[in-house]
Amino acid sequence: MSRLLPLFAFLLLVGLFGFGIWWNTQHDQHEIVSPLIDKPAPAFSLPVLGEPARMVDKASLLGKPYFLNVFASWCIECVHEHPMLMTDVKQLGLPIVGFNYKDDPQAARAWLAEHGNPFDVIVADRDGRTGIDFGVYAAPETFLIDGRGVIRYKRIGPITPEVLDKEIRPALAALAKETP
Amino acid sequence: MRRALAWLILCLLPVLAFAQAIQPLPFRDRAEEVRFQRLSAELRCPMCQNETLADSNAPIAHDLRRQVFEMIQAGKSDDEIKTYLVDRYSQFVLYKPPVEPSTWLLWFGPAVLLAAGAVVVAIQVRRRARQVPASTPANDTEDDW
Repeated sequence: MSRLLPLFAFLLLVGLFGFGIWWNTQHDQHEIVSPLIDKPAPAFSLPVLGEPARMVDKASLLGKPYFLNVFASWCIECVHEHPMLMTDVKQLGLPIVGFNYKDDPQAARAWLAEHGNPFDVIVADRDGRTGIDFGVYAAPETFLIDGRGVIRYKRIGPITPEVLDKEIRPALAALAKETP
Repeated sequence: MRRALAWLILCLLPVLAFAQAIQPLPFRDRAEEVRFQRLSAELRCPMCQNETLADSNAPIAHDLRRQVFEMIQAGKSDDEIKTYLVDRYSQFVLYKPPVEPSTWLLWFGPAVLLAAGAVVVAIQVRRRARQVPASTPANDTEDDW
């Protein structure tokens, strides 16, 4: 029996490391689960991109679910994500609010002119303070906020077709079920 | 002479790195600066996984350092500042998470493993002590491992 002990110890370690490898393939190490899910979105009031005098706040967006997409002209992944916003996400029928994060307004507008503008309205968070309230730490990030202003889902990183089908559509289906 | 000059330049190069990394914050006094340094060394940058807020050069780390600094200036306590960050970025930002049921494994797991190891060793030692009488230690040439 005790002769087999080293073998058991070895198998235990193999199992442990194997589980670690499996776990890491299933989970993105860079993703921090947001503590804001299912909590009211933070109150904010930000100027519209290119129209500094016009403000958009949380209250004015209540009543209908919407996406809040964090993007910036300096963000490389945003370029890869953008075609998805322009087509598939847009076709979901929800308003997409652009959250221009720590960006130069002119650069942002040039970027949108080049890649297209899928947003219904764009707010500009130049110094990133509202971003902190939303727990933003990189771009792109996308929030799904329901009609009562509660954050229902958050995607950290670009929206891919896989994320759309496996995460966003189910989240929308859950939303549709509770609001007849 | 040229050689000496080259050495001098080489020796001064690291200073440039400092110049780039440090953004002077207008601290009121030394105590406040020490507190800021201690706090930002206890907090983790959300973007870079394993760097403290103090060490990281990521944009979000810069913003959060500014936030911590402003909250210190506004007279907030360490706990208030930590709670503020945890509310937004989860306990991920704490290098020293609080002791609570969800972190028991983290805090006590190693001690439990150590205790389990000690039990295994104790059992082995006792068993061998029984198998090999103290009077005939020289006969124990066979190692069953």
